[in-house]
Amino acid sequence: MATVNTISRRDALLKLLRVAGTGVGTAGLAVWLNHRSTRPEVEIAIASKRGHTISPDPTFPDMAIIQGEDPAQLARQAVEELGGMRRFISRGDVVLVKPNIGWDRTPEQAANTNPDVVAEIVRQSLNAGAKRVIVADVSCNEPRRCFQRSGIAEAAQKAGAELILPDPTRFKEVDLQGEVLHAWQVFDPFLNVDKVINIPIAKHHALTGTTLGMKNWYGMLGGQRNQLHQRIHESLVDLADFVRPTLTIIDSYRVLLRNGPTGGNLDDVILKKTLVASTDPVAVDAYVAKAYWNLEVDALPYLKMAARRGLGTYEFEKLRAVTKQL
Amino acid sequence: MQFPKPAKLRLYSQIAFFCLFIFLLVRTEFRGSFTTSASEIRLPYPVGLFFQLDPLVAISNALTSRALYKGLLFSLTILIPTLFFGRFFCGWICPLGSLNHFFGSWKSERKRGKQLLESNRYKRWQNVKYYLLFAMLLAALFGTGVVGWLDPFSFLVRSLGLSILPGINYVLQAALSAFEHNRFSPVQTAGGIAHFILGFLILNFKQPYFRQGVWLGLIFIFVLVLNFRITRFWCRALCPLGALLGLVSRWSILGLAKHPQHCTDCNRCLLRCQGGDDPIGGVPWHQAECHLCLNCVDECPEKGLEFKFFPADKTAGANLQRRKVLTGLASGVALVPLLRSTTGFAAERHERLLRPPGAVDEEFFLSRCIRCGECMKVCPNNALQPALNEAGLEGLWTPIVVPRVGYCETSCVLCSQVCPTGAIWEITAKEKGWSVDLNSGTKPVRLGTAFYDRGRCLPWAMATDCIVCEEWCPTSPKAIYFRPAEVFDAMGNPKQVKQPYVDPTHCVGCGACEHACPVQDRPAVYVTSVGESRSRSNQILLNRKKS
Repeated sequence: MATVNTISRRDALLKLLRVAGTGVGTAGLAVWLNHRSTRPEVEIAIASKRGHTISPDPTFPDMAIIQGEDPAQLARQAVEELGGMRRFISRGDVVLVKPNIGWDRTPEQAANTNPDVVAEIVRQSLNAGAKRVIVADVSCNEPRRCFQRSGIAEAAQKAGAELILPDPTRFKEVDLQGEVLHAWQVFDPFLNVDKVINIPIAKHHALTGTTLGMKNWYGMLGGQRNQLHQRIHESLVDLADFVRPTLTIIDSYRVLLRNGPTGGNLDDVILKKTLVASTDPVAVDAYVAKAYWNLEVDALPYLKMAARRGLGTYEFEKLRAVTKQL
Repeated sequence: MQFPKPAKLRLYSQIAFFCLFIFLLVRTEFRGSFTTSASEIRLPYPVGLFFQLDPLVAISNALTSRALYKGLLFSLTILIPTLFFGRFFCGWICPLGSLNHFFGSWKSERKRGKQLLESNRYKRWQNVKYYLLFAMLLAALFGTGVVGWLDPFSFLVRSLGLSILPGINYVLQAALSAFEHNRFSPVQTAGGIAHFILGFLILNFKQPYFRQGVWLGLIFIFVLVLNFRITRFWCRALCPLGALLGLVSRWSILGLAKHPQHCTDCNRCLLRCQGGDDPIGGVPWHQAECHLCLNCVDECPEKGLEFKFFPADKTAGANLQRRKVLTGLASGVALVPLLRSTTGFAAERHERLLRPPGAVDEEFFLSRCIRCGECMKVCPNNALQPALNEAGLEGLWTPIVVPRVGYCETSCVLCSQVCPTGAIWEITAKEKGWSVDLNSGTKPVRLGTAFYDRGRCLPWAMATDCIVCEEWCPTSPKAIYFRPAEVFDAMGNPKQVKQPYVDPTHCVGCGACEHACPVQDRPAVYVTSVGESRSRSNQILLNRKKS
């Protein structure tokens, strides 16, 4: 009794179940997706750790100005005068050393920090018990060329540092909580380290007259940082307020007096054979600006703004400074 | 141990040369070094090796320049043996041939049973490549390097380097990012390890982008897909290098000897024939089409085929028709005046025709450049892009600097190092002269001159400080200078800003200012080609200081 045009109850039930299941599933998925619908927003900025300063210690001078022939020896002496690296670095610290590696230039052209100074600071940090020492910068020119031709990659690597190039995947949107700077792309080595040592090089700069320690923080930003010139003084203070470095050492071994910050011509470079180190990022900038460009505090509005924000003092004359000739 | 069969040897050779090619292509990139501070940067590998082995590039270069650029003499190592042995290069070495071979061996609907045998028979349209070759060579004689549109290495480097490899990099980065942002830490660790290994092997430091990348990729995929219809269609019908080697192999002393007494007409020799050269019995073998893949010898169950020196069999040559040869030659003659009948070449240069540093004057450039894309692949700033219409139709896929994507790096001369034909003549960083002692008397290479769009420039138009362009300008003294000016903001308040100007006596046209300008979409400072040092006519100033 073959039934040609009928279908068994079991088959019908299965068929019905399949259709109903797919229907319910689709409806469920659609309702869930509908519920999720929000206007797409770019990555929400995260707040990050701010400040890497150590507590002041009256037994040591505030600023050290060391002159001599060998850059590495200058770096050693400068840190020694301020109390030795153990004052700044605790055992197990992760330390970020921030030189200027901004331009595709050789050391002689004085557009980037002296590699011997960087290497010496790396070595001392490791000797003081640092767990990791990172050397990083967000270069302006092609980063690999900058790291190589500045001589910093080789010198720092030999000294035991970990080099981190500005790989575009290594930036995070961070709320800088500044007056003019809010959500910005920050290079991730600058986030979550214990100590930060700033080692800029003293250079001429057309907009502000000179580029020193605080201007070096441009090197932690990605994104459209070419906008910062529009409010450069406020930007500088916002960045400095965000980082608050442990120590600032301004490399004035070779000083780029003209055509900064790129230079290129050896005639623009003058040998000063000096390092200026301080725990006060404002004072050290004020001192070097006065010493090599004869710029008064009023010529660099960011100094007073920074002081007002409690980042340090521009009255470097009032600090206890030690000057040494090696 | 048994000695591997000749066809197996061929396969190993193909794999080895293909890997070498890919290795050299991937390493056509400055990767930086943490262990040396060498200030003169050169690539460690001879990345242009395959171009130097390419007799077509050499002959084209010789015809256009009446000379032979540096390494091209090496192409004799392919040309001379071809005289004796035939197109071994196509079957054993050519990486594009190997790719076509690989895809041609895939099973496909269109090549089944009898259809497969039929598709592998010799066809008259295989002669198209010879006519193309004649046209291209005649055009070369009259001064254009368009042979590079079809040269297999140019085609491969351009397609892989400007489209497929960037695509692979994109996919890998996306996958790695998904791993590294996974919430489970073992997955993150695995992603980190993979990132390290891939970074060492293939990943780009920065995702490269190329104009026309999608079209270059699609053309490449199309050529590969053609293999599903006809095995090695490119090699059989289009490749001008294959045609050249086919012609050269006319008097080759190595040939296929058919032994009719063994032949059972089974046609198995046709199954995997690469060249479409008729190894079957009863018809002449087409020497000029054969890639010497040796599949027919391997396949023959009766041992009725062998390659031997001085075979007695009659063979067919390239079998060209005089009328079509003449047509090919004539179209080659017509090509140059036709391509240059537009205004672009002489009367109305495109303002954005910024050639890489070291590039020779436009006429010589168009004749030498084989549109291979090596310079674009190597440029660390992604500044070099394939031209679409900037240099006219003739200049399609020649390199131009696009400063908004990337400027020309001050001391970098890698494009001039990798150029196989001297279209970008090899220069040193010192000869480029962008950061040297001004008293040395070196004349810098100039790509063009920068200009301000004062309606968009912040200090000029919006009473806002900026001069990022001045900061980035790499020359010394800087080619961008400024004057303090009193302007008024929207409320009518007076304000001091620094307004920038270009000093054309110092500007080298590197495009750093244009690249750095914060006016993102259409920059307020831009470089045009006027003042480029390679040209005598494209100038502004009566006397440009020798700086």
